[in-house]
Amino acid sequence: MKHDDNLAGEMQRRGVSRRAFLKFGSYVASLMALPPSAAEALAEGLAAARRQSVIWLSFQECTGCTESLTRSYAPTLENLIFDFISLDYHETLMAVSGEAAEKAREAAMAANRGKYIVVVDGSVPMKDGGVYATIGGRTNHQILEDTVKDAFAVVAVGTCAAFGGLPRANPNPTGAVPISTLVGGKPLINISGCPPIPEAMTGALAYVLSFGKLPELDHLGRPKAFFGETIHDRCYRRPFYERGEFADGFDDAGARQGFCLYKVGCKGPVTYNSCATMKWNGGVSFPIQSGHGCLGCSEPDFWDQGGFYRPLSTPLGAMGPALAGAALAGAALGVGAALSARSHQKSYLASAEKEKE
Amino acid sequence: MELLAFARGQALTFSVAVFVLGVLWRLVGVLALPAWRDFSPPREGSAPNWLSAIRAIFRKMIPHRTFLKEGMFTTVNGYVFHFGLGVVVFLFVPHILFLRSLFGVSWPGLPNGVITGVGALTAGSLLVALAYRLTSPVLKLISRPNDYLSWLLTFLPVATGLAATAHVGPRYETMLALHILSVCAFLIWFPFGKLMHAFLFVLSRGATGIRFGHRGAQL
Ligand code: SF4
Ligand code: SF4
Repeated sequence: MKHDDNLAGEMQRRGVSRRAFLKFGSYVASLMALPPSAAEALAEGLAAARRQSVIWLSFQECTGCTESLTRSYAPTLENLIFDFISLDYHETLMAVSGEAAEKAREAAMAANRGKYIVVVDGSVPMKDGGVYATIGGRTNHQILEDTVKDAFAVVAVGTCAAFGGLPRANPNPTGAVPISTLVGGKPLINISGCPPIPEAMTGALAYVLSFGKLPELDHLGRPKAFFGETIHDRCYRRPFYERGEFADGFDDAGARQGFCLYKVGCKGPVTYNSCATMKWNGGVSFPIQSGHGCLGCSEPDFWDQGGFYRPLSTPLGAMGPALAGAALAGAALGVGAALSARSHQKSYLASAEKEKE
Repeated sequence: MELLAFARGQALTFSVAVFVLGVLWRLVGVLALPAWRDFSPPREGSAPNWLSAIRAIFRKMIPHRTFLKEGMFTTVNGYVFHFGLGVVVFLFVPHILFLRSLFGVSWPGLPNGVITGVGALTAGSLLVALAYRLTSPVLKLISRPNDYLSWLLTFLPVATGLAATAHVGPRYETMLALHILSVCAFLIWFPFGKLMHAFLFVLSRGATGIRFGHRGAQL
């Protein structure tokens, strides 16, 4: 891949107009809620940028994140982002395999030392020396350390990479850890979601490409533009929640009327993501619109929040045994206290009798 | 999320267990005491014990004529926050879902706007109760740390619940966790402090009623 020309020149040769840059700039700016002036800066930045080398590493994951990105229904954005970046290594998407693939990764690293971006999907197993996931005989941990060493920034895509996700779910048999724990001080963006919204991935990448820095992040390292508000904050079913109108099941009268899904386990109130505003499949719909509560997929440990269908306000686990034990112990203590009072009373009465005599 | 998981998990289980243990301990301890021994015959014409007990329980719900005027404000304020707490605790849908998970029964709730309004009124009323306690010379004199702690642990769940709905303070999930944790503190303290009056007031008023009735006095 040639990297010595800037994007504007390269795009021009391929018939992409300056207008397309501007359009893309304003699209990304509006996605990320940037001021209008940023659209032009974004476009300028992109035009002046070199094709960004991206190395995509897949560890303990299901490829859903790649599926989400490549099957995005925003073809202009997706196409453009793939025009703007040079995806030098991606196991699922690259034609070559085996040693040739590894060579491509090494070559890209050597040619773009300190400048390439590492995108990671999947978590890294650390238990037993990391043997639970290896590629070409090397553990995920070794590959990550090696690749990240000379990177400019790391983007952890999907909840597995960002927070450990499914592999890290209780009892975490492989000792899976999120990418953030393994990259030292490297600049890192978490794009969580299971899978993440494609526009959140491309938007964040476009921002880095144009401005050469990370967008504003929340305390979990996620771009505020996409993870600044909860699903509940922007949910179109919110008026039902406020009025106390809830679906009690998935096919009752409430569900048919589109009432709020809180009672059937919706985690929207504690889930930060853009589903309710950007939606999926090119803005067609999102889970709550299709009648299912939010699972909280963009939050840490969403697999272990007591069950997808358990309302948010209920205890996480079964309390029964603990409460039964407490009730027995309490009753026993009560009986004990009463017995001791009775014996006190008895001896008091006996001594009073004696005194009378 | 971690704090919320802790609050919904270990903290809630532990505090509900302490609550159950403590309440049963005290209730069984009182109810299993030997029956009150009559050493003297009851005053002629005095009501049967059960009637004296019931009378006392209900009569005490409004102050005696003599104190009606001075007691009016504290009585009304007391009713406001007691009813307010009842409405907020038992008629807010997320709370009903919590109770349903424990007892398996549920009932209809009220719209959030009503709950928020009642919650704000309750918080205000609790603040007024505290202000009164701090300014009334008599009440101040007889107040103990137990009273202030019981007040605080009642006020905190109301305040944090309101803050969570109004999106003030930290992020919603943190506020929700703090709300649950404040309820945990309330539940743990409940059986051992003055909050236990929620159960014991019936017994203590009844016992007083019986004793007075026995002597022919009407409460
Ligand atoms: S469906 Fe979920 S996100 Fe929407 S209002 Fe109800 S609880 Fe909130
Ligand atoms: S609605 Fe919730 S569970 Fe569904 S994709 Fe969005 S964040 Fe994930």
